[in-house]
Amino acid sequence: MQTPAPFDYAKATSVADALALLDKHGEEARVIAGGHSLLPMMKLRLARPDALIDLNDIAELRGIRIEGNEIVVGAMVRHAEILSSAILAEHYPIFREAEHMIADPIVRNRGTVGGSMCQADPAADLSAVGSALKGTAVIQGAAGTRTVALRDFHEGPYETKVQAGEILTQVRYPIRPGAGSAYEKVERRAGDWAVASSGVFVVVSGGVVTDCGIGLTAVGADHYCAPAAEEFLIGKAPTEENLAAAAKIAGDSCNPVADQRGPADYKAHLAYELTLRALRRAARSSQGA
Amino acid sequence: MTALDEAPLSAAGNPIGFGRMHRKEDVRFLRGEGNYVDDVNLPGMLHSAILRSPYAHARIVSIDTSAALALPGVHAVITGETLAGLGLAWMPTLSYDTQAVLATDKVRFQGQEVAFVIADSRYIAKDALELIDVEYDALPAVVDAKKALDPGAPIIRDDKEGKTDNHIYDWEAGNKADTDAAFAAADVVVTEDILYPRVHPSPMETCGSVAHMDPVTGKLVLYTTTQAPHAHRTVYALVAGLPEHKIQVISPDIGGGFGNKVPIYPGYVCSIVGSIVTGKPVKWVEDRAENLMSTGFARDYHMNVSIASTKEGKILAVKVDVLADHGAFNGVAQPTNYPAGFFHIFTGSYDYPAAYCNVKAVYTNKAPGGVAYACSFRITEAVYAIERIVDCLAAELKMDSAELRLKNLLRPEQFPYTSPTGWEYDSGDYEKTMRVAMDIAGYDELRREQAEKRAKGEYMGIGISFFTEGVGAGPRKHMDILGLGMADGCDLRVHPTGKAQVRLSVQSQGQGHETTFAQIISHELGIPPEDIEVIHGDTDNTPFGLGTYGSRSTPVSGAAAALVGRKVRDKARLIAAAALECSPDDLEWELGRWFVKGDPTRGKTIQEIAFAAHGSLELPEGVEGHLDAQVVYNPPNLTYPYGCYICVVDVDPGTGQVKVRRFIAVDDCGTRINPMIVEGQVHGGLADGIGMALMEVIAFDEDGNNLGGSFMDYLLPTSMECPDWELGETVTPSPHHPIGAKGVGESATVGSPAAIVNAVIDAISPFGVRHADMPLTPANVWRAIQGRPVRTDMAVE
Repeated sequence: MQTPAPFDYAKATSVADALALLDKHGEEARVIAGGHSLLPMMKLRLARPDALIDLNDIAELRGIRIEGNEIVVGAMVRHAEILSSAILAEHYPIFREAEHMIADPIVRNRGTVGGSMCQADPAADLSAVGSALKGTAVIQGAAGTRTVALRDFHEGPYETKVQAGEILTQVRYPIRPGAGSAYEKVERRAGDWAVASSGVFVVVSGGVVTDCGIGLTAVGADHYCAPAAEEFLIGKAPTEENLAAAAKIAGDSCNPVADQRGPADYKAHLAYELTLRALRRAARSSQGA
Repeated sequence: MTALDEAPLSAAGNPIGFGRMHRKEDVRFLRGEGNYVDDVNLPGMLHSAILRSPYAHARIVSIDTSAALALPGVHAVITGETLAGLGLAWMPTLSYDTQAVLATDKVRFQGQEVAFVIADSRYIAKDALELIDVEYDALPAVVDAKKALDPGAPIIRDDKEGKTDNHIYDWEAGNKADTDAAFAAADVVVTEDILYPRVHPSPMETCGSVAHMDPVTGKLVLYTTTQAPHAHRTVYALVAGLPEHKIQVISPDIGGGFGNKVPIYPGYVCSIVGSIVTGKPVKWVEDRAENLMSTGFARDYHMNVSIASTKEGKILAVKVDVLADHGAFNGVAQPTNYPAGFFHIFTGSYDYPAAYCNVKAVYTNKAPGGVAYACSFRITEAVYAIERIVDCLAAELKMDSAELRLKNLLRPEQFPYTSPTGWEYDSGDYEKTMRVAMDIAGYDELRREQAEKRAKGEYMGIGISFFTEGVGAGPRKHMDILGLGMADGCDLRVHPTGKAQVRLSVQSQGQGHETTFAQIISHELGIPPEDIEVIHGDTDNTPFGLGTYGSRSTPVSGAAAALVGRKVRDKARLIAAAALECSPDDLEWELGRWFVKGDPTRGKTIQEIAFAAHGSLELPEGVEGHLDAQVVYNPPNLTYPYGCYICVVDVDPGTGQVKVRRFIAVDDCGTRINPMIVEGQVHGGLADGIGMALMEVIAFDEDGNNLGGSFMDYLLPTSMECPDWELGETVTPSPHHPIGAKGVGESATVGSPAAIVNAVIDAISPFGVRHADMPLTPANVWRAIQGRPVRTDMAVE
């Protein structure tokens, strides 16, 4: 049995309560959502927060709904809810495709959107999805609420724009009528972290790509995205040649590091290969195929 | 009666004898009522934790335990220095080497035991570990086995007087001159470097112990995760000088072993010392990372394999040079006369006259071990070597791999067959088994489909493995562990009401012994299996024997159980004759009953006989009362199960991903006592094979850091990677086993990796690939396709 170092624990009943508890317990306190990243690190004593502020009872952080032309996902929405959400399935199949390959049902029943975004693991799938869809994060602190583009949300591995005393409360995704989306991932085994993943959305209108987003994870893509590849595609017909050229730009923009999941050249290749596969499917889907 | 006959059913619906029945033990397991070592809680029990080395190789300059000792709730901190005072800093391994219990001079692998804290709770013990200040002087580590013998390589075992290199032993088998001559005369020679990388058995339950040395009686009761309780008892007596009659080893429910729970680990010894020092029971249970990083790994064989044949594909000879990485201490567990285990059974299932192997074992700065993970004493490595090289030969000859195997398989009339390396295979009809597998697979159709797919640029592969194992160690004359002969006792007591208890030395880790052994007794005596209690795992209450590993339970203790049943049956005959007032010669046995020949209405059931045996019936002279018996079974030979496995995969060359589409396993393990248990064991072993072939490896970086120390890094397969297994069987009984049974617990683990790897290589052979090392992760497959394979046992660069 692995045992964490001693810590205090408090259960928050509202966002305001959570912020007050964070303030009370000081800088070494951490919020806990699903706990599937934080608890293992604590049990290995790689993380040793003084206190955990539990967000699991906060109703206002739950739910998936449409507000105007955005889909709003509460920070405490579980992976399993994303997977089964009719709203997300209707607008962005990328969510279901990604969630099917995130960990396993037990983890998905507990792990949350907010927890995944804030953990900022360089191989996180939802970070790639969020960057692909160009969503925004809603962050609340004592001073009020602010929004940050998901493409600016991550400062680097395990670092985000959420400051001490703040909580991520929502993630918002713009609705794009006619968009096709897809997610492609290579893992060594079901439930493993990505060796590499690519998630994209494409809007094809009048025979050309009018909007698109490319998200990548585990391959050292800056902010989990490939803007140069997106720019290349805009205004071009979604031909195999153009999609491949965009995928090539995306692959070249990555900076993967070798680890036991694979060597860097392989991961760079996957960034290309998986982006191409995702673009093909998303473009077909946008064209009603 | 043979195994193929239907056994009659008991009132509870179980077969009286052999056949399918639910496992008796599953009732408690499914209800969460198992009793594992960590479930043992004794009054006043203390908890413990081990401080482990962060370095692979470093000199210990100093250890300061004062802050840890000062932590409230800490009872004692034991270091190597403490143990040295008791003469226990080092302990013998099962291979006549020594291993540090707690390091004194140096640490020799990452995760090695350095200090032991005893405290009120495991939390406090872990807190105290952080307060122990160890000053290390880091040394360069020997990580690559291929460089272990380089001049100037750091000397790992400078504790051994006069040791000037990292060499452990050289060992050879077969006939070198004959083999060289066969190679010189051959039309075709194929050679390949084949690595069987370091993997880990990873039982669900990690290792642990609860030691209670009673300060008044001087009796040590040790609850411990052991596959071999009796062997452990004797070893503790020999190592610690404890009187053996005052040692009781209890192995309660064991959550998987796979050879991981054969060695004696420093943690066990520390818990004993802890109990002696504190006068209280001390529990030690390692966590997952500790299990992965410090306990017995498996394999780590670097094999250079060569095969010689005629141009028509008749195999003439095989030779193998092995570089064996044993880690920092030679801690492998196998019969003394076989330092490389049974690796020299590598000649496999084929008929050829010449073979030779040389095994060179070296120390490296890695955890000790090597024989584990259902390997049947290194037959896993042997089967992988021969089955991989046969496929390489098929590729070289441009011959179908099934055709090449069929051309060379041993023929039924050759049994008993003496192999070129000296094994005597007991029985087999190999071609029959292979044909059954090919029929289930639809082999010709698969090859046709493959050709069609290739034309379309799709990469499907078909891989075959035909394996032969030798299991059931062993004949006592040839096989011992630390001088303990590998024979097993068995006691049977039939109570007055006809219910029975059978006592065994082997210890189930999930194999279903409580069911299988009841069925064996049931088969011999006609007592329903639900009326037979199997008692095991407690050395005070069971006869001596060497334990469960190497698929030896059924071949050895299973034979003992059958024979003790027959002994009771013979005694029952004498008692029945007395009761029926006739001569024993006039009696005939039918299942569960002796009756008078020619008058079947006059007879006594085994239950009636049991009561009479304990009652007032006048017994013939020389017949003692009661209905009990004991035997010790010394097997005349190993049993030789075999099988043919066929795997079908689809490979995505763009990503290197492998999908195992089908897996056909046809096993011949002789008589099947409970076919459902056999199938369950095969299922588990096939999943092991998927793991080893596709994802499992413990690699190390250049500093000797273990890169497989958690289940995030060391991947075990899930149901998602496993296809619906397609099983078949043939039954060729062992001629020398009382019920014709052979061991089967390890067959699928031994046989399956080669089938999977052969299938993957077959799939990507159009890219010019002839071999790639396990594990065939997507990255490794893609790199192989690129012609730039990676070294899978080292950090990926």
